[in-house]
Amino acid sequence: MEVKSTAMAGTLESSDAQVTVEPGTGIELSIESSVINQYGKQIRATVLETLERLEVKDVKVTVVDKGALDCTLKARVEGAVFRASGYSEDEICAGKKLPWGGAIR
Amino acid sequence: MINSVGRDIPEEVLKATGMKPFAGAYARHNEKYTKAAPTVRGVVDPKESKMVDSIAEVLKKCEIKDGMTISFHHHFREGDLVVNMVMEEIHKMGIKDITICASSLGKAHNPIVPMIEDGTITGIQSSGVRGQIGEAISTGKLKGLAIMRSHGGRVRAIESGDVHIDIAFIGAPTCDCYGNMRAVGGKSDCGVLSYAYVDAQYADKVVAITDTLVPYPNLPASISQVYVDYVVKVDEIGNPAKIATGAAKPTTDVRKIMMADYCTQFVINTPYFKDGFSYQTGVGGASIASTISLGKIMKERGIKMGLGLGGIAGPMCNLLKEGLIEKLVDTQDFDLTAIESVKENPNHFEITASEYANPMNKGAYVNQLDFVILASLEVDVNFNCNVVVGSDGMITGAQGGHPDTAAGAKCTIVIAPLLQGRIPAICDECTAITTPGETVDVVITDYGIAINPRRQDLIECMKDVKLPFCTIEELRDKAYAIVGKPDPVKFGDRVVGVIESRDGTIIDVVREIKKYEFED
Repeated sequence: MEVKSTAMAGTLESSDAQVTVEPGTGIELSIESSVINQYGKQIRATVLETLERLEVKDVKVTVVDKGALDCTLKARVEGAVFRASGYSEDEICAGKKLPWGGAIR
Repeated sequence: MINSVGRDIPEEVLKATGMKPFAGAYARHNEKYTKAAPTVRGVVDPKESKMVDSIAEVLKKCEIKDGMTISFHHHFREGDLVVNMVMEEIHKMGIKDITICASSLGKAHNPIVPMIEDGTITGIQSSGVRGQIGEAISTGKLKGLAIMRSHGGRVRAIESGDVHIDIAFIGAPTCDCYGNMRAVGGKSDCGVLSYAYVDAQYADKVVAITDTLVPYPNLPASISQVYVDYVVKVDEIGNPAKIATGAAKPTTDVRKIMMADYCTQFVINTPYFKDGFSYQTGVGGASIASTISLGKIMKERGIKMGLGLGGIAGPMCNLLKEGLIEKLVDTQDFDLTAIESVKENPNHFEITASEYANPMNKGAYVNQLDFVILASLEVDVNFNCNVVVGSDGMITGAQGGHPDTAAGAKCTIVIAPLLQGRIPAICDECTAITTPGETVDVVITDYGIAINPRRQDLIECMKDVKLPFCTIEELRDKAYAIVGKPDPVKFGDRVVGVIESRDGTIIDVVREIKKYEFED
């Protein structure tokens, strides 16, 4: 999957995370989290795993985490990447271009 | 040195403080000691007026100087104006190296942070701190060690001379010209002055600060004229809206209501639930909900509470009014209903913090508790609780009466939602320990209830009770399965705070917080 534009998913509500992706070279990741001391490592691992699964190789990712669970983090990264992937909103909403059950689990 | 709850207390801290490591909740039973005493200036001449025009002037009369220890009470809670008012004058005079010995400090006292940074304040002793003061201590800005004491532990420390107060500043909702103080009848009523009583007895100089001067004598006085050197009248000592809130609405959070129901079911199935039982609870949503549901069952079964203790809020006062409680015994008022009740109801009594919880007097009220219902930020698998240090390592809470009541009560129940956001409340190891697990009997979460294996008697009487019992390890596993196992917080080396056990030993230390960095 290629990140063609800047896109965002998620909110700054408690237990959510806001993920922003921008075109980049290689994977550049910055994480800010209310639980960084206890879960910094796990948050980073989850974001990197999700990017790998989506086969995103070049991206700048900014995560502002408010204590989201791993499943939420995954969903927000997926959401941001697909919004940045160049598919039209109709295509995304229709679910046609989304690999449900494949890269998206 | 490793203390009896398994925490490593550095030798240099033991040496610097002269304190011993914690050796068990009842290790000092029967120990004899001699109490400290203040230096008193006799007021012999009846012509002397105690009235002083300003804080600045009273500071001069009290001969304030570098290195002194001054004290405050926290009955005005987040509405307190006294600490900032006094500290501002001390700061203006260029005095340095002050130790504040307060019964507690909160966000209302954020304005003193610059005084910590510039060396005006170098010591803080308090039940706890919140907001920016906590951050200042945790980030190493306080020159000396912060000491966190429980409400009972503070009285013990003052009475035994571990800390000597040079000047006590006591905010009084009403006061007369000769220093008789009451906590009702003024503009900033706080109900009781329990925490300040020991300051009045043991400080060398005692200053009453009031915004409502009343005709002499102001009786019945919470603190008597015989302890008071000076009286200062100022415009306002507190913000009433923040001292006491209106009646808290019963919670609608189903998770809290469920935990409250578990708690009530547990309480009524113990042998202690019988006519004349004694009970203390907090002001959290679940605590209040459990007071209300317990009240219903008491009414149904015709069982009355003999003693309701503690920080008091509306629901307990309502049970008193309904005749379901014989006597309410009060050290702090959390809402307007409680303030009104202590003022009006002859069965609602004010006691001192020593009577409430001091472990080294000849028996405090907490020793007579059947039940106490508490909350906790963290509980570890050994039932140790943490109510002072946040899971991120920042000092952000207060001991309050937590360790005192836990040690005193026959049945100590801690209610904690299993998860707060991503943070698990049940964990392998607490970030800091404030209350030893040997004094905690039951932990109630929204995912199950764990009884301390030390209490086989309670496990036995719950055998046929339909509640979701499990082990504390199972609770931890459930939490970790949802949020992942947290990494331990990485601290710096410097010890910035001591968590003092109620008996004056060190139960834990707090280290300087370190900025998080990814390892690779």
